[in-house]
This record gives sequence, C-alpha cells and structure tokens, in this order.
Amino acid sequence: MFEDDLIEAPVTFNRRSFLKRVGGGVVVLFTTQPVFSLAQAAALQPVEPAFNAYLRIADDGRVTCFTGKIEMGQGIITSLPQMLADELDVSVDMIDMVMGDTDRCPFDQGTWGSLTTRVFGPELRAAGAQARSVLIDLASEQLGLPREQLAVSNGVVFERANQGRQVSYSALTSDRTIVREVKTSDPLKTAQDYKVMGTALKRRDSREKVTGKAQYAADIRLPGMLHARLLRPPAHDAKLQSLEISAAEAIEGVQVVQDGDLVAVLHENREVADRAIALLKTTYSRPGTQLDERTIYDHLLSRAPEGDPVASGGDLSEGERLAVEVFEETYLNAYVAHAPIEPHAALASFEDGKMTVWASTQSPFGLKRQLVSALGLAEDKVRVITPFVGGGFGGKGSSSQGLQAARLAKIAGRPVQVFWTREDEFFWDTYRPAAIVKIRSGLTQAGAPAFWDYRVYFAGARGSEQPYDIPHHKTVAHSRRWTGPPGTHPFATGAWRAPAANTNAFAREQHIDIMAAYAGVDPLEFRLKNCSDAKYIGVLKAAAEKFGWTPAKGPSGRGVGVACGIDADTVVATMAEVEVDKSSGRIKVKRVVCAQDMGLVVNPAGATIQMEGCITMGLGYALSEELHFRGGEILDLNFDSYDLPLFSTLPEIETILIDSADPAPHGGGEPAIITMGAVIANAVFDAIGVRLFELPLTPQRVKAVLA
Amino acid sequence: MKEMIQFTLNGIPVTLDAEPDRPLLWVLRGDLNLTGTKYGCGIGLCGACAVLVDGVAERSCLLDISSIANKTVTTIEGLAGGEELHPLQQAFVEHDALQCGYCTPGMIITAAGLLKEKPAASEAEIIAGLDGNLCRCGAHKRILQAVRSVSSSKKT
Repeated sequence: MFEDDLIEAPVTFNRRSFLKRVGGGVVVLFTTQPVFSLAQAAALQPVEPAFNAYLRIADDGRVTCFTGKIEMGQGIITSLPQMLADELDVSVDMIDMVMGDTDRCPFDQGTWGSLTTRVFGPELRAAGAQARSVLIDLASEQLGLPREQLAVSNGVVFERANQGRQVSYSALTSDRTIVREVKTSDPLKTAQDYKVMGTALKRRDSREKVTGKAQYAADIRLPGMLHARLLRPPAHDAKLQSLEISAAEAIEGVQVVQDGDLVAVLHENREVADRAIALLKTTYSRPGTQLDERTIYDHLLSRAPEGDPVASGGDLSEGERLAVEVFEETYLNAYVAHAPIEPHAALASFEDGKMTVWASTQSPFGLKRQLVSALGLAEDKVRVITPFVGGGFGGKGSSSQGLQAARLAKIAGRPVQVFWTREDEFFWDTYRPAAIVKIRSGLTQAGAPAFWDYRVYFAGARGSEQPYDIPHHKTVAHSRRWTGPPGTHPFATGAWRAPAANTNAFAREQHIDIMAAYAGVDPLEFRLKNCSDAKYIGVLKAAAEKFGWTPAKGPSGRGVGVACGIDADTVVATMAEVEVDKSSGRIKVKRVVCAQDMGLVVNPAGATIQMEGCITMGLGYALSEELHFRGGEILDLNFDSYDLPLFSTLPEIETILIDSADPAPHGGGEPAIITMGAVIANAVFDAIGVRLFELPLTPQRVKAVLA
Repeated sequence: MKEMIQFTLNGIPVTLDAEPDRPLLWVLRGDLNLTGTKYGCGIGLCGACAVLVDGVAERSCLLDISSIANKTVTTIEGLAGGEELHPLQQAFVEHDALQCGYCTPGMIITAAGLLKEKPAASEAEIIAGLDGNLCRCGAHKRILQAVRSVSSSKKT
C-alpha cells in the first residue's frame, strides 16, 4: 500500500526544500489559521505556504516536534509533547522539541494570547493522530493483519489477540520517507484514553536552567563578534541635534556607527562599549509636552476615538427607568512595564549573503518579516533562531533589537550582539496603556442589576463584556486595541499579559461590589444570584469552599474580597484576604485563593505554576507598579524606582483546577492575573470601608482616601 | 593598564591579564564564556548576576576583577562540582521552582550563599535572604519551597 519515498500530498517548491531539512521517516504537515497578533505585529499577514507545523518520526523511533512557538517560561516545552505523546502512543521522553527556528519550523504568528494550547494544540494532536494512523497502516501491511486487530502502546504496534506479534515504530519508519498532510478523518482520542495529558509532569527544561547551560540570546557566542551599545535619547519626543563621537572613537577598538536613527558603539568587550557610549556628546531638541502620570487621563479622554460597540442587550433607557439607585464611577490604571528579567537581546551574523539572528522574541517569524523588508533580503536569506526567552509577557512581540543587531552586523562586517541595558529595556518597552473605564449602572427596587452602561478607553476590548444577568446593558470600547491611534500615548504601548482584561476586570468587579454593598448582599452571593453561567458558578463556589468564605455584607472589616472573570476562554474566580495599615497606607495581601476552569488541563503541574505566576505578577500592577514620566521622558529606568513583587510581598497562594465538563483546552498563561487588581481593591474596601478607583493601590493613594 | 590577576574559578586556578577595573560579570560572560551568570539590571538590584566569592553571594555586576584577586569564585556552572546536581539545583528541579529560568542561576547562587552562612535558615531568613533577587514570572512560592527543603531547619 505504501511505497518508500512516496509523497502523496501536493508538494510546493518550498515544501520540498523544507522537507530536505527534515530527513526520512514519517512526516506530518499541518496548517493553522492565524487568529490575531500583537498590535505591533498587526500588519503581519501570513504569506508563507499554508503548511504550518509538523512532526517527524525518525528511524530510531524518536519523534521531533517542530513549532514556530517559543518557550519563555510558560511551559509549552513540556505540555506540547504531552499532547503529541497521547495521540501517537509514545512515551513523552521520546519526543524532542525544536522551537522558534524559522529555517526548521514552519510559520507561526507568535507566542501570545494563550493560543498555543487551545489553537495550536488541537492541530498538533491531529498531526499526531494522522502519523499514528499511517504507522498502523504500515504495521498492518507488515504483519499481514487488518487494522482493526491492531493496537499501539509505547511506540509498538501489536496484535490485540496476540501481543507477541508486534512491530515498533522505529522498524516501520526505517529507510523511508512518508509525507502526509493532516486530515480531519483520524479522530482524536477522548479523555478516557489520555495517558499523558492530564498527568502532572515536571518541566523538561529544568536541568539546563538550574545548571546555567540553558542558552538565551545574549549567551550565544560567535568568533569575532562585537558587542553593541545603542544611543538612547533622553525622551521619546527628543530629536538628535548634534553628535560628537571623537572621544568615544579615541578608545582603542571602538567603532561608532551612525545609520539613520540608529547610533551605536561597537567593541569586542561589552564594558568598553559601555564606557564608550557614555563619551558620545549629544544635544537634543524637545517639544514642550508636559504630560505626566497625573494629567494623562484627561489627555486620553480628549483624544478618545469613537466608541465601538462590544456587546449590548435590552434597552438602556428602559433600564434607567427600572433603576431606583444609580451608580456611576470612573476607574483608572497606570502605564506598567513588562520588565522581563532578560532584557531584549539579539546576535546577528551576516555571512555569504544570509542574515542569521538569534533573538529573544515572542515572534520569530514576525522578526524575520521585519528583517526581510528592512534589509531587502530574500525570504531564504534570513533566518531567525529563538533560544530560551527570559520572560516576555507580551513585551517581546516586536523585537526591534533583532533588526538593530542585523543592521549593525551588516555595517560592521562582523557578528554583532545587541543586549539592551535595563534602562534601554524600560525606555523602549511597549507599556500596558494607561486607561480609563466609566461605568454607570443601576439597581432595581428588588436589589437586582437593572442596567449596565460600560465604556472602556484605550485599554482594549478584551475582557470588557460582563457575565451577569443584567437585562439592559451596553459595552463600548473607545479603541478596541491596546495601542491607540498615533499621538494618543507619549510612547509605545502594547499587549501586557492578558491585555485589557486586567483593566476591565478591575473596573467591572469593583462596580459589581459597589452594587452588592448598596443592596446589602454578600458580594459572593450577589454574583451567584446574578450570574447563570455554570463555569462562573463552579469557580466561585470552588474558591469559596477552599477560602472558607463566610457571607457578610461589605464592608465587614475582615479585609476579604472576591472577583471573577474570563480570559482566553478560561474562567477564574479569586478570593483574597488583606490587611491595611492605616497609618502607612500599606496593603499586605495575606492570602489568595484562585479557582480556574480551563477545560481540558494538559499538564496540571504546568497550569498550576502559571496560576501562581499570574497571581504573583498580578500583585505588582495591583499594588506597586506604575510608570512615571514627563512627556516622552521615562523617569523609571531601573528597579530602584519601579517596584516588582518581591518574596516579602508574597501571600499564601492556593490554586484550584476545576475538573471541567468542557473537553476543550483553554488558555492558561494569562487568565489568573486578570482578577488581581479587582480582588485586592475589593478586599481593601472590605477592610477599611473606602474604595480606591486607581491602580496601583499605593500607600499614598490609600492614605489619600483615608484622609 | 593591564594586571595579572589570579583567582580560583569553579575549582580551577585562573590567571587573567586584564584591566583591574573590569566588571567580573562581563569578564565571566565574555572572556571566560560562562554565560550562566546573567545580566539583569547592572546596578545590583536584581540578583541575576550573583556569584559566590569565598562562599559569599555577591553581585558580579558590581565587582571589579581586582577585588577577587586570590579569592575563590563559584558560578552556577561550577556549583555542582560534577555531574550530580547540587542539592539546591536538585530542589529547584523537584519543586518546578522556575519558569523562564533567567533569574534561576542567581536565585540558586544566592540561596547557596545564604545556606552556607545559615544552614538552618528559617522561612523568614530565606525570604530576607532572597528579597533582593527579582523573578518576573512569579515562581517565588516554589523557590521558597525549594530552598526551604534544603535548609536543615526544614519541617519533616
């Protein structure tokens, strides 16, 4: 039935060259559709061939999974092999991952939006099922038995009635190449057949990471490479007027490069480049913009684009008529930085007309596209390789450092490494936007929500819809994305872990609490009474049980709070206990309990770690993280003034993964962060009886509302 | 002006002919290709660049190489001293005490220095000892568990 070297699927030229790099065995190609990209990469449209990722089973039986996705801590290096192992019936240890290499992996938009498991995952599983089916056909031929009489375990196909009659995958794949495209006809396994999915597996990359062997982009070394330091303007709106380079160039071995807007010093030693960059004498002109973190909100409202309806139902004026009490509030949140501990890094090498860039990026193919277009190189003359990424959180989507390194390498004629300083990282970040939410709502005589009029400005539409049973409601986004039209923000903004959803949950869940408190109803009970979504009810009840929630009208003085929401199709409910020191204004979060319904949980250990990470990171935007600026000048450039969560700010954290009725996998890297601002704000209200409407909830703001 | 600077690096005697004011971090990462020691902030605020100097955790971004002359430096690559992992490395693996892994070498080195000074460090002492080490992924809970499991004061 199958001939050696049979290629059945229509093969494009690109696919052929692609396959040359793969080798023999069983190869499965599959396609994925782009869902959405980061705003910075929004212009990207896939022009690559439609085939999109694949796997290969080599003649030693080992499986290689090639994916354009990257590993930045979120743990897909462990969970993707789990999915493949189950569909292929192989041990997870037999699977090797090749990630984020544009020459070896097929096109991928980028690693963001909690899309890997829920969108890429099913495609990968289908490829696994297809490969397994091919192997069963081969075994059927070799053993002379019909498919129906065969079963597979651990990479061995055997006769159900006589397990002694068997043949291994490695024996079946040796010396042949078989290529298949994914069909939908081979059914995926269902939950009762999962052996690896649903099992808690420890990270596969730990050993490399605890021994220092794991390589990040700045760890790659090439002979003759130079280290670059980039000239950073004093402000985003500053224009370079003069540049005097002689003092820097006087240092032995220093090369100063000026290429349009890009000014850099190069040297074999990083610290000499550090010294030389300080010797550049510059003058800048700056416009007189004086926006700062206090005046930004009025500015933003004055620039607000037309509202874009997100959701609506009923009739707001009818709702107003039904309401006996109306609640109107404005919620604000500050710009925050991504601040991954690994600053952006890239090493570029231009050799024999081919540009190779090792980059810390969430979008290797997006960077490749930038390089092709900016350098005028052919597609096959640009390769981006993504080693381990030291945290991204949405901030490594545009990867301008990769282009900087490539431009410098071309000019210098030697490999060049760009490794942003911490100050560069803060300055050139694409911050979570400052944003405003205005909510007007009403309660009926019976204490039920009558209407909900919700407007979000500049945060984005994600997570703005409300999940409650409110008869008359309207949700409008003034800018659906997190970038805003040009001239809106004094610097670049972008996606920040669960973009928009953090801002929207902070506003919505406080506003719900305000109505519950007025109605004299416990905030958990108010939510359960006014929500009929089974997942919401499930996570709220699960969190309440673990937390030991006892009903009370707020403010109860106990300092407990609840908030819930949905992100990446995963529903979360979070409860927190806080203590507020009224004299210092300091909020101590003592305990956080979070329950999450994410459908199928591929790796419960990995999912739990992501929840803990979301909760811990969320403490930052809730309590301390806030970017200070004067016009385009960024005042927070290092960790002396920008406060990340610390070990000493860590609460007791408990997480619950709901044993879900939903068989589909949903997002895991972002959902649990969305409730952190709201749950802490609600707990603070419960403690001190006063609400805070602006994130972060700094001691100064707490003291201000108590004064 | 270059000087001959001798020290012991991961158990091996090293002599560098280098300017004495060069930061140890860049000498390790550049000249010696020991890239497990990470740059994170450059001013001693994040701990990613921690190394042990005579058993004490120090920020290598703040150390001139002249200051380590005749001393013993241990980086993450030399902590285990063989194929077998150091107990802290093993504990980080067992507790899944990392995500992106970029702060991990500095966390382990800082914890090693802490436990050398206080082998029975309490939870509070571990928190105080690691508070200057930043992790952005939010692995703090597991890092504490991992270090606690190696401290001889661990609950049994």
